[in-house]
Amino acid sequence: MNKSVNQKAWFLVLPVLLLVAFSAVVPLMTVVNYSVQDTFGNNAFFWNGIAWFSDTLHSPRVWGSLGRQTAFTAIILAIEVPLGIFVALNMPKKGFWSTICLVLMALPLLIPWNVVGTIWQIFGRVDIGLLGYTLFHLGIDYNYTQGFYSAWATVVVMDVWHWTSLVALLCYAGLQSIPQAYYQAARIDQASRWKVFRYIELPKMRGVLTIAILLRFMDSFKIYTEPFVLTGGGPGNSTTFLSIDLVKMALGQFDLGPAAAFSLMYFLIILLVSWVFYTVMMQIDKDDVEGGK
Amino acid sequence: MALELSGVEKTVTGRPHIHRTDLTLEKGTMNVLLGATLSGKTTLMRLMAGLEAPSAGRILWHGQDVTGTRVQDRNVAMVYQQFINYPSMSVYDNIASPLMLTRRPRAEIDREVRATAEMLQLTPLLQRRPLELSGGQQQRCALARALVKGAGLVLLDEPLANLDYKLREELRQEIPKIFEASGAIFVYATTEPEEALLLGGKTATLWQGRVTQFGPTPEVYRRPCDAITARVFSDPPMNLLQVTKAGGRLRFGGADGGADGGGSNGGGDDGGALPVFAAMAGLADGPYTLGFRANHLRLSDPGPGALCFTAQVVVTEITGSETFVHLDHGPSRWVALVHGVRDLAPGAAQPAFVDPAQVYVFGPDSALAAAAAYATAA
Amino acid sequence: MAKITLDALAHSYLPHPKAEQDYALKQLNHVWADGEAYALLGASGCGKTTLLNIISGLLTPSQGRILFNDRDVTQTSTTERNIAQVFQFPVVYDTMTVRANLAFPLKNRGAPAAYVAERVQQIARMIGLEEMLERKARGLTADAKQKISLGRGMVREDVNAILFDEPLTVIDPQMKWELRTQLKKLHREFGHTMIYVTHDQTEALTFADKVVVMHDGRVVQIGTPQELFETPEHTFVGYFIGSPGMNLLPAHVEGARARVGDTQIALGARYGALSGKVEIGVRPEFLRLNRVGAGLPVQVTRIEDVGRHKIVRARFDGREINIVAPEGDRIAPGAAHVEADPGRVNVYVDDWRVQGEAA
Repeated sequence: MNKSVNQKAWFLVLPVLLLVAFSAVVPLMTVVNYSVQDTFGNNAFFWNGIAWFSDTLHSPRVWGSLGRQTAFTAIILAIEVPLGIFVALNMPKKGFWSTICLVLMALPLLIPWNVVGTIWQIFGRVDIGLLGYTLFHLGIDYNYTQGFYSAWATVVVMDVWHWTSLVALLCYAGLQSIPQAYYQAARIDQASRWKVFRYIELPKMRGVLTIAILLRFMDSFKIYTEPFVLTGGGPGNSTTFLSIDLVKMALGQFDLGPAAAFSLMYFLIILLVSWVFYTVMMQIDKDDVEGGK
Repeated sequence: MALELSGVEKTVTGRPHIHRTDLTLEKGTMNVLLGATLSGKTTLMRLMAGLEAPSAGRILWHGQDVTGTRVQDRNVAMVYQQFINYPSMSVYDNIASPLMLTRRPRAEIDREVRATAEMLQLTPLLQRRPLELSGGQQQRCALARALVKGAGLVLLDEPLANLDYKLREELRQEIPKIFEASGAIFVYATTEPEEALLLGGKTATLWQGRVTQFGPTPEVYRRPCDAITARVFSDPPMNLLQVTKAGGRLRFGGADGGADGGGSNGGGDDGGALPVFAAMAGLADGPYTLGFRANHLRLSDPGPGALCFTAQVVVTEITGSETFVHLDHGPSRWVALVHGVRDLAPGAAQPAFVDPAQVYVFGPDSALAAAAAYATAA
Repeated sequence: MAKITLDALAHSYLPHPKAEQDYALKQLNHVWADGEAYALLGASGCGKTTLLNIISGLLTPSQGRILFNDRDVTQTSTTERNIAQVFQFPVVYDTMTVRANLAFPLKNRGAPAAYVAERVQQIARMIGLEEMLERKARGLTADAKQKISLGRGMVREDVNAILFDEPLTVIDPQMKWELRTQLKKLHREFGHTMIYVTHDQTEALTFADKVVVMHDGRVVQIGTPQELFETPEHTFVGYFIGSPGMNLLPAHVEGARARVGDTQIALGARYGALSGKVEIGVRPEFLRLNRVGAGLPVQVTRIEDVGRHKIVRARFDGREINIVAPEGDRIAPGAAHVEADPGRVNVYVDDWRVQGEAA
């Protein structure tokens, strides 16, 4: 770079750096600090090395909640992504109804997590909830506080209800950016509906879809409030996901060391998966372009 | 007073976008950057404006180094291919917007805005919004905004490319007049040779990030320094013929072996060979490329000394007053532009003639070896 | 391939058009002959795209019928009409290879694999993309993509017509020559009915057998390039075709002479008494500057050297007159006289050309 180029702009980044330092780096370092020490109370800490990390790696309890977490994330992605695309494809493209649809779709996104949990907690109750009451009287053995399948189904349906809109709205934005000429050309080429989707809509939606999957992965992997309000992690441990387990460990049992080690590993998993996913998607993009050269 | 690029280079992630360039644009000149898409016209303009910093070299404005100076601190105006105006403001406010930042008295601003609007025939439209105007009027508004602040350097990046043919013709006629009234340095990027010729002034031809020639527009057109410049500055593309000079004759390979040779009195009729004409007599033996423009390739014998070829008609395009005849001669595709309507059967053999005075000779390194005699006479 | 008949066709974008100016396309009767190449030429907003969309079936006209080979297709869909269309911006299927792109319209119609392979190869050769067949379409240059679009339009042999909507807008001038000649060759070889929409007169004139000039929702003239150039039926055609356009001067016409100011100009034909706005129109190509003092006295203001000829801008009585002079002519600004070729002077009354009797 030429020397005379103005480098003063870097100073403008400083406030952000400070903010990030206080909001993220300092708390994170506290956690790191906890994760390598042990205490017998009285605020006296001593060095414990990587013992907590190795404990966590060998804890069946952690593996159990990781397994449930992974299953949960996989299920909701498998439902929300295709469903979101499907909804986006069927939304009206312009006019009065498209506005109505957009508002309706945005509604679940505006509701706070704990309220969502409460809504479904009441909705699913067998005595007064519309859903629970109906299912019970249809002769279906439904009880989310006791039945394993009922609890899982309710948690999954609740998340799908809450977040499919996000995927749908992002996809809708992607679809809106496709010029009309593409659809006309496809009609002239006599492409089937499936081919229009496969060769025009899907490729043009890929960018937003990557973002949608990434957001949904990160968010669902950290899910806490909704299942906590709904089932409290039960029945038994059946809906105890990673963050519920973590809170139990840190605040319920006050095992600060193991909880710190656990949360660091938790953080790294999310970071790693997101990074791998994003890099792979970008690489495919690049290969496509370079392959054309 | 001038803009000087001295040894300017631009490299982006290892790939050179602009090769080392030295260019001096004098005060009060119209400078055309002529080249195909991606030849580096826009990058060169962005360097001139200060929107990008060069990887090497210096940019001088009135002899002062402005290489690292931000675009806001330079006296530069730019007009783009897209019509860029503030959509929520009236035409008047759009034109006034650059002056509002200067804190000049309102009356003075008003005077300037009205004078500029008058020059661009926008006076009746001053209270309208840009989106209520036609494309041509929108671009006039953008031009007025660029001109009103009296910038010393006005950069126009294919400003007429998005306009209809006829509107383009009208604005193209006006731009030189506007430019003469402003006294600024104008830089105008275009892909069309005809536009460069109509604008006059000076032309820099660009090819793959390199300025191949810079000089007065008609001179670059008539005396291109190499085959690449000649190609960039010809529409339809210049016709080329590979020849080898040996022992007073020109031979060319890959020909149809037909009756190529001299015209009525040119003599010589052995296949794939021509007698050497005057302009080439002084050149050493070896390979050369002959180039001649479409309007100099004729279908009837223009007179003594003409070079004669036998070619095959590929397709004819009739414009009403003229005909473009596309011909295949050996491996090369030629275009002849002839007056009148000529409907020729595709595939038919067709004699084609060139006056040697209108032939450029390029050496094996593509540099001009002998200019067409007619161009040096003019 | 088909003959296309437009029967009392008109279109308005308003639900209940009343006056004539409510129509984007005013009533039109025309037959497009089978296998010919047509160009629809006009400025933006003249109705040419509306007409194209009606032919392709993307738009249903508010009035009239459209027939393909005497079959009424006014209400049928684009697919049923069996046409091909090439758009202004390249439309390619990014994730497919060039080969798959070209094969797409054939495969969708269930053509046998051997035929598809052969036909794709043939088209690829004609548009010069044989080397690139296995590449992904994404990442190709704009002109390569547009070639794919052209190729996809051309690949079906049985189409009724191929429509082009300003297909060379995004192409560099040098490449335009190549693509245009290719189109012309393809037309000759396959004999499809082709309709080409453009605002660029050079493209329209060089491509088409017949050019349809549109202005303000109306077809003002249909003719060969030569007819449009030599005898424009309307002053708009005179202005729109030719660069610069036709010169128009108010005149008094008596018999075989026209009087412009104090100057008499000979006409190629004899005219009766004319009433209304009378003008004579002469193309810049048919005007000559002379130094002997005969003809219209003008003031030369500018000389533009366009390379293959010069455009002389002159003024007469406050009006601009353009003259095209040969490349080698030496011309200086100042007073001069202009002469016209009598056979090339047209007479217009209220913007429409009047036919004279042989003088």
